[in-house]
Amino acid sequence: MKYLEEFGDPALARRLLADIHATASQPWTIMEVCGGQTNAILRNGIDQLLPDTLELVHGPGCPVCVTPLELIDRAQAIAAIPGTIFCSFGDMLRVPGSDGDLFAVRAAGADVRVVYSPLDALTVAEANPEEEVVFFAVGFETTAPANALAVREARRRGIDNFSVLVSHVLVPPALRSILESPDCRIDGFLAAGHVCTVMGVEEYESLAQTHGVPIVVTGFEPLDVLEGIRRTVHQLEEGRAEVENAYARAVRPEGNLAARQLVGEVFEVTDRQWRGLGPLPASGWRLTDSYRSFDAESRFDVDRIEVEEDPRCRAGQVLLGLLRPTECEAFGDSCTPRHPLGAPMVSAEGACAAYHRYRRTEIGTSR
Amino acid sequence: MCLGIPGEVLERYDDRGTAMGRVAFGSITKEVCLALVDSVEVGEYVIVHAGVAITVLDEITAAETIDLFERMVEADEPTPASRIEP
Repeated sequence: MKYLEEFGDPALARRLLADIHATASQPWTIMEVCGGQTNAILRNGIDQLLPDTLELVHGPGCPVCVTPLELIDRAQAIAAIPGTIFCSFGDMLRVPGSDGDLFAVRAAGADVRVVYSPLDALTVAEANPEEEVVFFAVGFETTAPANALAVREARRRGIDNFSVLVSHVLVPPALRSILESPDCRIDGFLAAGHVCTVMGVEEYESLAQTHGVPIVVTGFEPLDVLEGIRRTVHQLEEGRAEVENAYARAVRPEGNLAARQLVGEVFEVTDRQWRGLGPLPASGWRLTDSYRSFDAESRFDVDRIEVEEDPRCRAGQVLLGLLRPTECEAFGDSCTPRHPLGAPMVSAEGACAAYHRYRRTEIGTSR
Repeated sequence: MCLGIPGEVLERYDDRGTAMGRVAFGSITKEVCLALVDSVEVGEYVIVHAGVAITVLDEITAAETIDLFERMVEADEPTPASRIEP
């Protein structure tokens, strides 16, 4: 396939690796923000090809992983209401809430459907005018345009039986939180390329300057990831802390203006609770006043929910890059992809699931 | 939902005022909303998230990046990297 083969070329990968090996003269810790990149790194064995002095830590960019337990419980409560069709991306169905997951709610008789796009949920709503159709609108800046579009289309077409349970989070506030943490040991970031296709790169300038960290916008194919690492290492060795775009074929500096305008019309910035990171100010999006009637949280009265995390799950430290998945006592034992205790073991973008899948199952097998 | 890979736009059409298209991801073809990449042409590649194309890949920039990698000299000194078989 075009682009996939070119940007997965082993001969060119060796050149990038040789340059990284020749440049890295001291220990550096680099965080890849996006779970898609974590997956690419482990799938391609990039972690095992880097100099011993370079450590990759895996960031919180996994939407399934950071959606708070409370929202999972709320989703289950809404899905269980008779006359409701609850639509979601497939990954969310297996995320454990306080008491089971959405699959369990479906097994108990609720109409829970997996869709590929919120626009598919809108189609379900049109086809079932007597039912209330709710879409679980989770994700980072990448899924926000799709979710915003579905809500705007619902209003334009007068589809009143459609609503969204919004759990949108933003990358820059999460990076800020990690950088401001007293335990922070991150020297540089690979920023999530697809988030930047939507939002552009300007939000990262102040982070790079304030905290003195290089931030390199990075793609997802093997050569993209290696080039992101290579450019970060060059900056660190030269004492620079700049925003660079190593994914220029997809990311324009200003992002996607049509998408930004749409998202700005439908969503506004709000405080959000992150699973693992806790409450972060101005770290997410909610529907604006003019679209509030499509908010499932105001349509269904499911506010009073007591939440309880499984105490064995240490996802918070994993998401902050403080703990390797293999350092968790539950990893591969009481927590597996079939029986996950926490969200990072569920999603393809979760660090725990990626370690399990690509057999980095012993402490020390991955740096 | 986030593992966006490039897909080729095979066809564009209008669905009740919204720009849509058929996009091929290898042998899989999906219906994708093209409303946010208005200028995209058939034959170009897009990145799709949750059924909506969010960016068009720039073929010239991609070729320039590959060209840059190709002009990068492979290190003469044996390094762990140069021992890796293709």
